[in-house]
Amino acid sequence: MPEILDQARTQVLGDGVGLDQAGVLAVLNLPDEHLPAALQLAHDVRMRWCGPEVEVEGIVSLKTGGCPEDCHFCSQSGLFTSPVRSVWLDIPSLVEAAKQTAKTGATEFCIVAAVRGPDDRLMKQMREGVAAIKAEVDIQVAASLGMLSQEQVDDLVDMGVHRYNHNLETCKSYFPNVVTTHSWEERWETLRMVRDSGMEVCCGGILGLGETVEQRAEFAAQLAELAPHEVPLNFLNPRPGTPLGDRPVVEGKDALRAIAAFRLAMPRTILRYAGGREITLGDLGTRDGLLGGINAVIVGNYLTTLGRPATADLDLLDELKMPVKALSATL
Amino acid sequence: MTEVVAAQRWCDRCGEDASATGHESCAVARTLEPPRYCPRCRRRMKVQVLPVGWSAVCVEHGESRG
Ligand code: SF4
Ligand SMILES: [Zn+2]
Ligand SMILES: [Zn+2]
Repeated sequence: MPEILDQARTQVLGDGVGLDQAGVLAVLNLPDEHLPAALQLAHDVRMRWCGPEVEVEGIVSLKTGGCPEDCHFCSQSGLFTSPVRSVWLDIPSLVEAAKQTAKTGATEFCIVAAVRGPDDRLMKQMREGVAAIKAEVDIQVAASLGMLSQEQVDDLVDMGVHRYNHNLETCKSYFPNVVTTHSWEERWETLRMVRDSGMEVCCGGILGLGETVEQRAEFAAQLAELAPHEVPLNFLNPRPGTPLGDRPVVEGKDALRAIAAFRLAMPRTILRYAGGREITLGDLGTRDGLLGGINAVIVGNYLTTLGRPATADLDLLDELKMPVKALSATL
Repeated sequence: MTEVVAAQRWCDRCGEDASATGHESCAVARTLEPPRYCPRCRRRMKVQVLPVGWSAVCVEHGESRG
């Protein structure tokens, strides 16, 4: 057993204290033959500190495309020649999407908009949309609307949005290679306001943007410092027309190493499979991740791409004897 | 017959001539993506992805769903 896994067994599994950056890096550098042991330990950590439940979430795009920012992975930036056109979802369709999501047994419904930050029109749409969902659907509402002002944070709390997603996307040292229209620190500032407001913080990122393994470890350590309630882990799905459109996808074993390492850095967080897992890991890898530290999934489609059918994930959870977290348990 | 050919004139993923070669990767990608270009006129469509399914609207040829 490699030394780092022995250390993690005592420190993370035993005491619930996450690995630091050097420890995460050691896990990310483990040779293939030790990957199963790392995944098993990450799974044990998840079972001990989070339990067997899996949090299921659906997401929908309220405002798609035409974003003024230049995140190099994103097909919704209006600055690239991506084929994604700008479109708004109306409130009845938003409520219908929440209903479809609730039918899968999901307890979370995240409303997302491709913006730098919300304007008055978007906040008004959110207020109407969240009220309409709460009146008709038994589900918790989360939001992801970019960078916020303090007033907007307060408004979202007032609407009853219980969790806010704002991804740091990658580590601080690599961020300027991925985004030039705003800074990592600006993102951090929004996260700080969200945390202070009492809303749950959801913050993760994308692996495979061209960051080094060291920078992946840096990212895990920075997330651990933020201590988000939830960390969505995406793997780059290279989008046509974006600056990262020709990048290779993350190799399956590296993705699994990252899952184990992020779990060992953050024993208590909700670690969610988000976008890109279908192309990076396929069906088999999805199972390996759920047995290697993941305890939450996005089911159904994503914002501009499609996922595998919700039933495929729900059947897998059933087979793995992992109960879907119930609404009452999240309130 | 003419109708069928016209309906598949353009690749709905990359927007290039559908009769040219090289769309195998588009076909694979389309299993996890909605269409982006109208296959009849090549216009970029307004596409809304929903948790279950998607809808795509061509200003000229109307809505398709999947
Ligand atoms: S801010 Fe969000 S929607 Fe806009 S380009 Fe960046 S990732 Fe895409
Ligand atoms: Zn094509
Ligand atoms: Zn058309």
